Amino acid sequence: MSSTAPSEARSLRRRVLALYIAVGLVSALAIVLVIALLINISQRKHEAKNPFFRVVELTDDTVDPEVWGKNFPLQYDGYKRTVDQVRTRYGGSEAVPRTPTKADPRTVVAQSRLEEDPRLKTMWAGYAFAKDFREERGHAHMLEDQLFTERQQVTQQPGTCLNCHASVYTAYKKLGDGDLKKGFEKLNAMPYFEARRNVEHPVSCIDCHDPATMQLRVTRVAFMEGMARLKASQGIQNYDVNRDATRQEMRAFVCGQCHDEYYFQGKEKRLTYPWDKGLKIENILAYYEENGHKDWTHAETGAPALKAQHPEFELWNQGIHARSGVACADCHMPYERVGALKISDHHVRSPLLNINRACQPCHHFSEEELRSRAEAIQERTFNLRNQAMDALVGLIEDTKAARAAGKSEAELAPVHALQRRAQFMLDFIEAENSMGFHAPQEAARILAESANISRQGQILLRDPKFQPQLPGQPPPKAGDASAAPGNPASSTPEKPASH
Amino acid sequence: MSRAFRRRAIILLSILVGGAVGAASFTFAYAKGTSYLTDDPAACANCHVMNEQYAGWRKASHRHVAVCNDCHAPKAFLGKYATKALNGWHHSVAFTTGDFHEPIRITARNREVTEGQCRACHEDIVQAIDPAHGQAPAGASTPAAQEPISCIRCHASVGHPEE
Repeated sequence: MSSTAPSEARSLRRRVLALYIAVGLVSALAIVLVIALLINISQRKHEAKNPFFRVVELTDDTVDPEVWGKNFPLQYDGYKRTVDQVRTRYGGSEAVPRTPTKADPRTVVAQSRLEEDPRLKTMWAGYAFAKDFREERGHAHMLEDQLFTERQQVTQQPGTCLNCHASVYTAYKKLGDGDLKKGFEKLNAMPYFEARRNVEHPVSCIDCHDPATMQLRVTRVAFMEGMARLKASQGIQNYDVNRDATRQEMRAFVCGQCHDEYYFQGKEKRLTYPWDKGLKIENILAYYEENGHKDWTHAETGAPALKAQHPEFELWNQGIHARSGVACADCHMPYERVGALKISDHHVRSPLLNINRACQPCHHFSEEELRSRAEAIQERTFNLRNQAMDALVGLIEDTKAARAAGKSEAELAPVHALQRRAQFMLDFIEAENSMGFHAPQEAARILAESANISRQGQILLRDPKFQPQLPGQPPPKAGDASAAPGNPASSTPEKPASH
Repeated sequence: MSRAFRRRAIILLSILVGGAVGAASFTFAYAKGTSYLTDDPAACANCHVMNEQYAGWRKASHRHVAVCNDCHAPKAFLGKYATKALNGWHHSVAFTTGDFHEPIRITARNREVTEGQCRACHEDIVQAIDPAHGQAPAGASTPAAQEPISCIRCHASVGHPEE
């Protein structure tokens, strides 16, 4: 017994020692974890206290977004991510590598739409878009993509283009000695490359925000004027968008400053929105018919053609989301939580790349369900677009053949009128960046009518006595332009065709 | 093991264990831990994640008669604190790691709890229209008919409307 006692005591001491060490280690680890948690909680509490810290003073002349980013680093981070090139099934851009040349130093571009669908070249024959037309990339690329597109080499672009491709607010003010409108007119009249020297950045913070209050504001003269004329057509005089629009309307209007149909008026190339009669496509067509504007003469048929731009704002206005008071920013810049803060996502992109934040706050269905709903709408629109495109190409081919057979331009004039109309309607949905999603039924209606008009043009070529029927004439007077619910598009019922 | 060594070890251990307990208690108090044991709806918005739900509740009809726990925890003491503990754990892990679905969504278990609480308060009315008591009606032939009647499917905005 006496011989075993020391070894038992030793093993007991070893066990006690091991227990001390274990308790010590566990306690130390617990302290580390608890302090880490404490720091995390403390950070979150502080994040919630101050939505932003004023690090630099922002003025109405601060154009560099990096400077704004010092006060708003989270928003700036999102803004910078618009360099991303991600595609969705029917839109978005793919990064396509290219060998840089002296004229065009870009090493990456977006996929060419002309290669994807050569029928576009037929539609735009004789116009610069038949030379180079690619999928649009994110906001970060807007300036360089415009500078280096091959369209610049086949035509003389005016300075007007910069209205939407650059941060021009401060440039306007500088050129106009403080008068925005004067600067706007000066820049429009310059050749593109001369005008380009006045701007430095793509769309920037100052283009949408008041630097003192961060309130949204409209900085583009063409939108102020277009909206005032639209409101005047609805009986509202002296509408000032920066004074009269609601906060929710502004969350669509700041985007509508650029994402719409436009043309360059007169030899001053003044940027103008064709909204005098309303925002629906028939209103816009009626406007162009009245002033006789044409963008170019179709090279293969001789028709006085129109190029639709990217009428996201106009089409959205005809859809259920606009009707329900949902603005552009609700889906394209949805609120996101960063720590304890709630901010608008400045990584502007397709809602299909962000379904949970963009769609699920309102639509309580799974992401797969919502994606398949959106893609079903886009697939149907895409099929209709293809049919309308085939119809238009058919009309163009037939007109070419009729010209070759000796039909005079005077004889072809009524056919040209139909081509102009059918082509603009098709292009309106083709150029619009949602493949019909912004207003599904309106998009389908427009495409179906476009195909119908092209087919009527083909009949008219064969039978000069044929009387074309244009649906939806004359156009309703008013179009809505409000992100607030309960603003009906028009109280004027559409009359049946008068021909 | 000498007596001196043991004494030093005990002192060191006391510091470590005490430090752990102290840091934990401070963190608990700093994070308003005790508020989670109460029925105060403000506690549910402590970490800001449920600010919108809290704001919605303050504007909704139920604010006069029900707080968060009335709808989101069972009435019985054990069930109530088990639910609070489980959700508390899930919420704190989710918020600390930042890994959770946005917009936030109710889990299947919590949905059942809420359905049960609707029935608990509105028993008199519900009995007449809900013979199955949250179960599928016997002898239902179609899949839709086999689903129990859900209160919050139609009355989704009753507790905290989104706008």
